[in-house]
Amino acid sequence: MLVDQQQIVQALWETIVMVGVSLLFSFLIGLVLGVLLVVTRKGHLWENKVVFTILNAGINIFRSIPFIILMVAVIPFTRLVVGTSIGTAAAIVPMILFAGPYIARLIENSLLEVDPGVMEAAQAMGATPWQIMIRFLLPEALSSLLLGITIATIGLVGASAMAGAVGGGGLGDLAITYGYQRFDTVVMFLTVGILIIMVQGLQSIGNYLSKRVRRR
Amino acid sequence: MITFDHVTKVYEGKDLPVKALDDVDLQVEEGEIYGVIGFSGAGKSSLIRCVNLLERPTSGKVMVDGNDLLSLSAKELRDAKRDIGMIFQHFNLLNSKTVYTNVAMPLLVAKGAKEEVKKRVMDLLTFVGLEDKANSYPEQLSGGQKQRVGIARALATKPKVLLCDEATSALDPETTKAILQLLKQVNQEYGVTILMITHEMNAIREICDKVAVLDKGKIVEAGSVFDVFSKPKTAVTAKFVRSVMHDTIPDSVYSLLNNQTACRHIYRIVFVGNSAGKPLLSQIAKTYAVNVNILFGNITELQGVPLGNLIVQFSGDEKEIKRAMMYIHQQKITVKEVLANVS
Repeated sequence: MLVDQQQIVQALWETIVMVGVSLLFSFLIGLVLGVLLVVTRKGHLWENKVVFTILNAGINIFRSIPFIILMVAVIPFTRLVVGTSIGTAAAIVPMILFAGPYIARLIENSLLEVDPGVMEAAQAMGATPWQIMIRFLLPEALSSLLLGITIATIGLVGASAMAGAVGGGGLGDLAITYGYQRFDTVVMFLTVGILIIMVQGLQSIGNYLSKRVRRR
Repeated sequence: MITFDHVTKVYEGKDLPVKALDDVDLQVEEGEIYGVIGFSGAGKSSLIRCVNLLERPTSGKVMVDGNDLLSLSAKELRDAKRDIGMIFQHFNLLNSKTVYTNVAMPLLVAKGAKEEVKKRVMDLLTFVGLEDKANSYPEQLSGGQKQRVGIARALATKPKVLLCDEATSALDPETTKAILQLLKQVNQEYGVTILMITHEMNAIREICDKVAVLDKGKIVEAGSVFDVFSKPKTAVTAKFVRSVMHDTIPDSVYSLLNNQTACRHIYRIVFVGNSAGKPLLSQIAKTYAVNVNILFGNITELQGVPLGNLIVQFSGDEKEIKRAMMYIHQQKITVKEVLANVS
C-alpha cells in the first residue's frame, strides 16, 4: 500500500469538511431559493411571475452544467472568494454552486407535497404569509425535506471525490492519485469501502430523522 | 351576522369563464345554523370560501358581523378572521404537530400568552371530549376524532361564526351524527352562528334552522328547513327531499299493480304536523264505500315537525272515490294523483 494510515485519516477529514461546509451553505441557499420558487408561483403566498421565471430558468441553467466543468468555469469566482483556486477551500465553492440549486429543487418539491388544505386552514385562521411558511408549510414538509437533504448530502460526497481534480484532497483524490493512477488496488478498495460506509451511514441517519419527525 | 349582497364569483378558465356564484343574496342571522345544500359543482365551496375571503368575490359585497370584509386591509382582514372559525371536509390538521399544538395554533398565530393558551386549549379539548388525546398525533386518531380536533381548533379564538365545509362528508353515518350534535352544542353553548355547506340532506335535517338550495351558482330556494323541504318548489330541492324521504312506489309494488286491469286511482298524500296524527285513511274507509290500498309510506321529521308521505290506491265506485277526495281536500291535506312511477 502506497499510503499510510495518517494519509487516509487526513483524506477522510478533508472529505468530511468539504461535504459538511458545502452542505451548510448550499442548504441555506437552497432553502431561500426553494421557498421563493414555491411562494412566487401562481396563486401562492407571494405570486410574482418575474421572480419565479428568473429563478426557475437560472436554477435549470446551473443544474445543466456538469460538475467537472462547473469547477473549472468558476475558478475566477473561486479565487475571488477564497483567494486561491487550489485546495479544499477552493473545492467547496463549486460544490456549493452545484448543490445549492439542487437542494432548492428538493425543497420546492417537499413544500409542494404539503396538502393545500393546510395552507387553507392557516389562511382561514388569519396567519401571515411568514407564519404560514414557518409554522405550517415547513414543519409539514420537514420529513420529506430531510430525505431530500440526505440525497443532496450523498450527491455532495460524490462531488467531493471529483474535487480531487482541483487538488481538493479527500478520499476521492486518494483513490484517483494512488488507486487509479498508480495502480494501488488496496488503496482503491479501501477508499471506495470507506465511501460506501459513509453513504450507508448518511442514508440511515436521514431515514431515521425523517421517520422521527413524520407522524403518520 | 353574515350577508351576501349580489355576490358573483367567476373563474377565468382556459376556454370559457365559469360562473361559480351568480348574484347570490344570503342573510344569516345571529345564532342560526344555516345550511346550504347543493350537488357537486353547484358552487357551495366557492360560497363558503367567500365568507372568509379564501376566495375573493368577483363582484358584490360580503358582510360579516357588520364588517365589509372586502374593504379591509390585509392586516385588518387577518384580525377579522379570528372571529370566523372554519372546519373542513378533510380536517386539514397539521400531521407533524400534536393535537394540543393543532388546537393552540390559531392562538399561537395571534401571539396569545402561553398560560392563557394552555387553559383555553385544555378547555376546548374537554369540550370536544378529547382531553386525553392532547399529546397524540392526528394520524393516531379516527376521522371523527380528527374533526373534533378541527372543531376545537376553529373555536380557539372564540369566533362568532363557524364555517363548516362539508364537515361530515368524509365520516360514516354514526360519526356524522355525533359531529352534528357537537356542532349543535357549539351553537347552543357558545352562541356561535354556523354556516354549513353540504350535499347531505341528513346533515341539514339534523341540525339546521334554515336552508338555501344552491344550483348552478344560484340560490333557487331559501327559507326555514321545514318550509323548503315540505313544499319543494324546484326539481333540485325535490331531489334532495327524495334522498331522505322516498316518495315513489317501489318497483316491486308497482309491478303488482300492472297486473291489474281495473282503473287506477293512485294518489300521494302528504301529511304535515298535526294531520300526521289523524287516522285519515281509516275514516275514509269507514265513511265512504272505497277500499284503501297502501302502496308505500314513510314519515320523517323536519325541525321537530312530522312530515308523512303515503301513496295509496283507492278502489271502488268512481263517485265514492270523488267524494273521498273532496273530504281529503277539506282536511287541507295535500293530495296529488300519481300517474306513473316517475322519480
